[in-house]
Amino acid sequence: MTTGDSSTPDGGTVQSGGARAPLGVLAWLWVGLPMAYGLYELIQKAAQLFTG
Amino acid sequence: MTPGFLDRSHTVAPPGWSRWLVPPAALSVHLSIGQAYAWSVFKPPLESSLGLSGTASALPFQLGIVMLGLSAAFGGTLVERNGPRWAMSVSLLCFSSGFLLAALGAALQQYWLVVFGYGFVGGIGLGIGYISPVSTLIKWFPDRPGMATGIAIMGFGGGALIASPWSAQMLETFGSGSDGIAMAFLVHGLVYAVFMALGVLLVRVPAEGWRPPGDRTPQEKQAARSLVTTADVSARNAVRTPQFWCLWVVLCMNVTAGIGILEKAAPMIGDFFAGTSTPVSASAAAGFVALLSLANMSGRFLWSATSDLIGRKNMYRVYLGVGALMYLAIVQLGDSSKPLFITCALVILSFYGGGFATVPAYLKDLFGTYEVGAIHGRLLTAWSTAGVLGPLIVNWVADSQESAGRSGPGLYGLSLTIMIGLLAVGFVANELVRPVNPKYHEPRAAAGHEAGEADEEVPGDDDRRQQHT
Repeated sequence: MTTGDSSTPDGGTVQSGGARAPLGVLAWLWVGLPMAYGLYELIQKAAQLFTG
Repeated sequence: MTPGFLDRSHTVAPPGWSRWLVPPAALSVHLSIGQAYAWSVFKPPLESSLGLSGTASALPFQLGIVMLGLSAAFGGTLVERNGPRWAMSVSLLCFSSGFLLAALGAALQQYWLVVFGYGFVGGIGLGIGYISPVSTLIKWFPDRPGMATGIAIMGFGGGALIASPWSAQMLETFGSGSDGIAMAFLVHGLVYAVFMALGVLLVRVPAEGWRPPGDRTPQEKQAARSLVTTADVSARNAVRTPQFWCLWVVLCMNVTAGIGILEKAAPMIGDFFAGTSTPVSASAAAGFVALLSLANMSGRFLWSATSDLIGRKNMYRVYLGVGALMYLAIVQLGDSSKPLFITCALVILSFYGGGFATVPAYLKDLFGTYEVGAIHGRLLTAWSTAGVLGPLIVNWVADSQESAGRSGPGLYGLSLTIMIGLLAVGFVANELVRPVNPKYHEPRAAAGHEAGEADEEVPGDDDRRQQHT
């Protein structure tokens, strides 16, 4: 995941990776961790198709 | 008018704001409202503690889905006018307070309050939340609109994956009596409010004239593809075009066909292989359903992102054409090979999810970004229709085949054949999609304004049409 490719209104590119990188990491963890939990539970259940 | 913090003008991104902060904002809303598809976890405890029938315990979910369609259809223009932060706040308030009202209803053993809270109030949160980030994502990712909306709409599929085990765990902890259910609803309402708040705080709209970085293909270059427009069409005009109704049929048919598998997945795999040397156990069937959910979710991202490369019309040719072939393979060869049956079902479900996720980008190609969120909201009535049509066809056919003394794969042959027919209808509708007649385009100056301003300031639609004809 990258957070460093935003642009200014006039079309110039600003590398925002520095100042806003922690915010980006936090935001993606905020949604990524619950998704990982849901996927883990789902894969465990789906495995029953081959073992059950 | 909206108060300062929520107003669109206060959500314009400052220079340096990364567009990659917008997908998690969208996901925080979609992962929450996707909980709706995990409602079945609450059904057995509600039935036993409040003495409800299976039909009655499904009411909050059904009303919620109806309200999703209605609020997306009628609230779309408001969402465009007031901006994504306002929309996400409304979604947060409705979805969360819906749970709180349901908690009160369960605690007081007043089931009507559960239905009203979760179904009616929460359902408005579902509809407004579903469309809230779509237009914003498309504006931030004009070079990859399919991928961007695919991420958000994948979240809606992922919401149930999170909520299902989480809600079950909560009921185990609090107990499955009415007090335990009330406590579980209360915790859901509070946790989802906090979780969705990230979206409200983080979402930004791009500044006027903002362009994606690097030399990635902007909208103007994509316009080399015949269906991609650089013009804009208002929501009011879009519903007057044949293109809108062609897409309505495409979405409705694709969703109905997906529901054809989803609705009967567990009994279907059991019945198909009941008479073989490798019958499918109940737990393996549950695993099959879980695998279908995974295909549904990943198809939303994978196929929608692929549509950025091969074009929206081609992508729907694959969903509808290859989907029909997959159904045909199940009808003809399904009971001869378990891997073949499972593979075909997974592909169909991935196309089902992909169909949902790709449609906002298809709308953007045809109607521009001007009021794409509102147009998307109106198109979601196709989903509501399919939600009724799909289960009705599948259950009615299965019941009638059972009455006729059929068993095993024979129970499903007719309904699967009907699904092939529906996909063929959708395929034809997709083939009929052509670029929108310029008479429906907005005057350049009007489309340059924010959606809400344009609604108030430009001449009436009929006047505009005369200017173009």
